Amino acid sequence: MNAFLATVRRDLLLALRRKSEVLTAVFFFVIVTSLFPLGIGPEPVLLKKIAPGILWVAALLATLLGLPRLFSADHVDGTLEQMALSPSPLGLLVAGKILAHWLLCGLPLVLLAPILGLQFDLDASTLGILTLALLLGTPLLSLIGAIGAALTLGVRGGGVLLALLVLPLYIPALIFGAGAVEAHSAGLGAGGHLSLLAAMLALAGFFAPWATTAALRIALE
Amino acid sequence: MRQSIIQWFRFASPQSFYPLAGRMIPWFWAAAIIFGIGGLWISFFVAPTDAQQGEGYRIIFVHVPASWMSMFIYLVMAFWAGLGLVLNTRVSGMMAQALAPTGALMAALSLWTGALWGKPMWGAWWVWDARLTSELILFFLYLGFMALQAAIDDPRRADKAGAILALVGVVNIPIIYFSVKWWNTLHQGSTINLNKAPSMAQTMLWGMLLMALSFWMYSIAVALMRVRAIILERERHTEWVKHAVE
Repeated sequence: MNAFLATVRRDLLLALRRKSEVLTAVFFFVIVTSLFPLGIGPEPVLLKKIAPGILWVAALLATLLGLPRLFSADHVDGTLEQMALSPSPLGLLVAGKILAHWLLCGLPLVLLAPILGLQFDLDASTLGILTLALLLGTPLLSLIGAIGAALTLGVRGGGVLLALLVLPLYIPALIFGAGAVEAHSAGLGAGGHLSLLAAMLALAGFFAPWATTAALRIALE
Repeated sequence: MRQSIIQWFRFASPQSFYPLAGRMIPWFWAAAIIFGIGGLWISFFVAPTDAQQGEGYRIIFVHVPASWMSMFIYLVMAFWAGLGLVLNTRVSGMMAQALAPTGALMAALSLWTGALWGKPMWGAWWVWDARLTSELILFFLYLGFMALQAAIDDPRRADKAGAILALVGVVNIPIIYFSVKWWNTLHQGSTINLNKAPSMAQTMLWGMLLMALSFWMYSIAVALMRVRAIILERERHTEWVKHAVE
């Protein structure tokens, strides 16, 4: 457990020394969501309807931006090999790195979403559901994305390839995440969607670090 | 028992699988052509014109087998990929790699014929129906698998990385399918209902089954041809390949 926390702290510390990388993804999220009204038009009714979808798609893309950095720097300077050789299990360290990635790339999006939701004229209870859905969904994105990041480690054209591999796997998270807000607006209650999102998070929380570790070992061979 | 295990594993070596595949290919081609002629004959001349859909419905004799094969091939591909990962057999990874383009072809064919069918029947090339959407996502999964394998130069690493991706995909396919299905029912009213299959005439069913068998045999034949090419490419440094090519 110490190794897990140490990995989280190390990754957070490294990211804080290079703030621009983290902030880029956050600004990307803000800019993309602001582009949609410009493209679609300023009708409040339409914007209110498509807001959850826009915020979710922007969150998917913003998470994707941070993924190539998840392992690449450690791979280049050999830290990853040392982690694989270290006495603590690699899966635990990988889980720590994924958690750090979520804290850096996912959590800011969750915190920003209510503010951006105001731009789309969402009311308070809808904003609450949106934030809750993102809180459950963004760790799922980090977990699934880590598998893709490990598979494309050190591969030609890794960044674009990563998007091709990971985005189809993000679809269930997108559907239930945006669907939760929509169901709430339609008066159906978001409980079912949020439960499914939480179930997927539990499933991915167990399997994704394991699959990521297997993929990393292949990349390190 | 021990004897039979050894017999099976003999074909896990590229050198002994290569001639076996070569001997099997003509049989699968013959079966594909025979089933195909029978299926096409039934579908064009025997099956009656549909009362509601006219002659346009006949595209299902290609569409449905292609959809079935696209899903089935992904499972087979993941099976070989998983086997390769567990047993570390080289031919398994090659089989998975050989199956992917055929699976992608079937998915593309299924989407394409579906669009051709949808235009006269529904008046639209594309609707966001659950089946169409999940077939499209399956097509993306095939493309991702092929792109990952193509991007990695070392074939052994490509096999293993592809295997993990295929297994992750197989776990995800049911989740994706049900999520798309629920998403669809939430968004769309019952404007178009694909699930209510009309009771099919017996001859139509036979035509479809024969076409499905033909597609199946074709997929095996093509995958075996492709795996032979992959074996030659990867084993080109060995002595037996030099003899085999001569």
